[in-house]
Amino acid sequence: MSTLERPASWKEIKGYGVKVVSSRFGDEQAKTLAGYERTGGYQTLRKALAMRPDDIVAEVKASNLRGRGGAGFSTGMKWTFVPKDAKAVHLVCNADESEPGTCKDRELIFWDPHLLIEGMIVAAHALKAVHNYIYIRGEMMREYAVLVKAVEEAYARGYLGKNILGTGIECQLTVHRGAGAYICGEETALLNSLEGKRGQPRLKPPFPAIKGLFDEPTIVNNVETLMNVPAIVEKGAAWFSSLGVGRSGGTRMVCVSGHVNKPGVFELPIGITMRELINDVCGGVWKGRKLKAVIPGGTSMPPLDDSELDVPIEFDALMTDERIKPVQVRPGQNFDMGGGRVLRTMAGSGGVVVMDDHTDIPKATWRIMKFYAHESCGQCTPCREGTGWLEKVSKRVANGKGKVDDLELLSSIAHGIAGNTICALGDAAAWPMMGFLNKFRADFEAAIAKANPGYTPSTSKDAA
Amino acid sequence: MSLQFSADATKKIAALCERYPSKKPVVLAALHLAQKEFGHLSDEALQVVAATLDLPYAHVFGVATFYTMFRREPGGKTTIRVCTNISCMLRGAYDVMESFEGKLGLKKGESNNDFSLVEEECIAACANAPAVLCGTKYYLDVEASQVSGIVDELKRNPKPESEVA
Repeated sequence: MSTLERPASWKEIKGYGVKVVSSRFGDEQAKTLAGYERTGGYQTLRKALAMRPDDIVAEVKASNLRGRGGAGFSTGMKWTFVPKDAKAVHLVCNADESEPGTCKDRELIFWDPHLLIEGMIVAAHALKAVHNYIYIRGEMMREYAVLVKAVEEAYARGYLGKNILGTGIECQLTVHRGAGAYICGEETALLNSLEGKRGQPRLKPPFPAIKGLFDEPTIVNNVETLMNVPAIVEKGAAWFSSLGVGRSGGTRMVCVSGHVNKPGVFELPIGITMRELINDVCGGVWKGRKLKAVIPGGTSMPPLDDSELDVPIEFDALMTDERIKPVQVRPGQNFDMGGGRVLRTMAGSGGVVVMDDHTDIPKATWRIMKFYAHESCGQCTPCREGTGWLEKVSKRVANGKGKVDDLELLSSIAHGIAGNTICALGDAAAWPMMGFLNKFRADFEAAIAKANPGYTPSTSKDAA
Repeated sequence: MSLQFSADATKKIAALCERYPSKKPVVLAALHLAQKEFGHLSDEALQVVAATLDLPYAHVFGVATFYTMFRREPGGKTTIRVCTNISCMLRGAYDVMESFEGKLGLKKGESNNDFSLVEEECIAACANAPAVLCGTKYYLDVEASQVSGIVDELKRNPKPESEVA
């Protein structure tokens, strides 16, 4: 991706101005069935129902649609993991958006609930899934009401039910409301919660595509991911793929928050760089200040500093572009993702959080750790205990009461959590801890020095 | 048992049970309804849910205590959820929280008859930070100076979360 040729302006990037999932934003009528149909809604469904399921899967696979929830896995590839001889398959939409910095799915559901429903019916047909669910976050009460109404309308019109549009195909859709738990955004925790249990993640394998909801093969897809499906079926994989770059097709919903002049939720070309996003789309850093740090895809992802922003927001670029420094456990020791692979960062959920040069980095880091300590489900020891320790130690550092060994202690706790838990929540706490600590080490050392006159960082040669 | 679901809630639960292969998945919806009808999830309320869905009490207790929206103690009519997570914090959420504490005379985590004040994690409104969720209503781009007006408005027109249960 580093060899990507850059156009002179971001407005010349492929996919500029294309709205695949946000074209109805701001249109109050579009959330009614009549309003949706008036703007072309449910036309693709008729086309899709006439297609063979395997052909839809192949089309989505060829489109390079990648999961918009965080991991960026190929959607079509995931769909092929369902066993061919499966008797009952479920499609579950993950609408439990709660990754800090991320606010796109809530907007997508609010403005265009029928696009999600149409996407789900098309996807369910491709997967031969009959009993399907939308798991929506408990706090999204307004969006829940919008969605329930839209589902009722779709049933009344025959888009959902035992025999949809007279094709003999059955598609049932139930909106399932959560009750407050970040961990339920993890797909196996979500399935446990859907089954009426505490939302604790399951060990994988088996993966949900083999053994998921009610022990049957299940595909869990994010809201935005599913809302892209009708356009792929309508306009074709080649068109969708061509909007993006490399192995990432389509556009991307990006949520920008924090210290910028114009925060917002934008549908953008996936080839735009982080710096273009901040300066050209969001009007730059507020109050005429300089940029200090950027969280690229929700707080679970390691941050970037000002020297690392000329990289596209695309999934592979943020993982592999050498302009982004590897995350280190401690100065001089790269964090090993397994097999010697380095961790740079990830595009995650599309939640971009910008911090200016007045930001108290140790305090911001503490607030992030406080979140993970609060949300750890308590199932595995490294995460249950470790996130609590990260919160406690980062808090005293932020409050100017840190001890001389605290930075080494934080590194060591984070390293002890990462890769040692059932689900990714442990990594989600450990990665930003390590990332902030090594990219903004001088800020932490200054905080330690406050409480310990005469403190000389053991790593002064690496301290920026 | 003196607590009982209303006819309306009983009907809703029965309809939901049709949507799943067993009654167990309906437990979250039934707990939301119980909180709506009984105000909070007392031991007795949990017993009503357990009996309605033919589930062990211990299972219902385990579920009710896992999710943060369920409350085991009485609370105010409107729950004020102030997000202080990173995006909101960067734009002054802790000042907003302090203003709510001052205006309400409550510390975060406390309740009176009208209000429960909760320090909330990210409520997916980061681009309009600081954000506050009061019942079903989002208050966006909130400034500390607006808090007094928000509280007065909610006192006149409470926004119970149970509206959507």
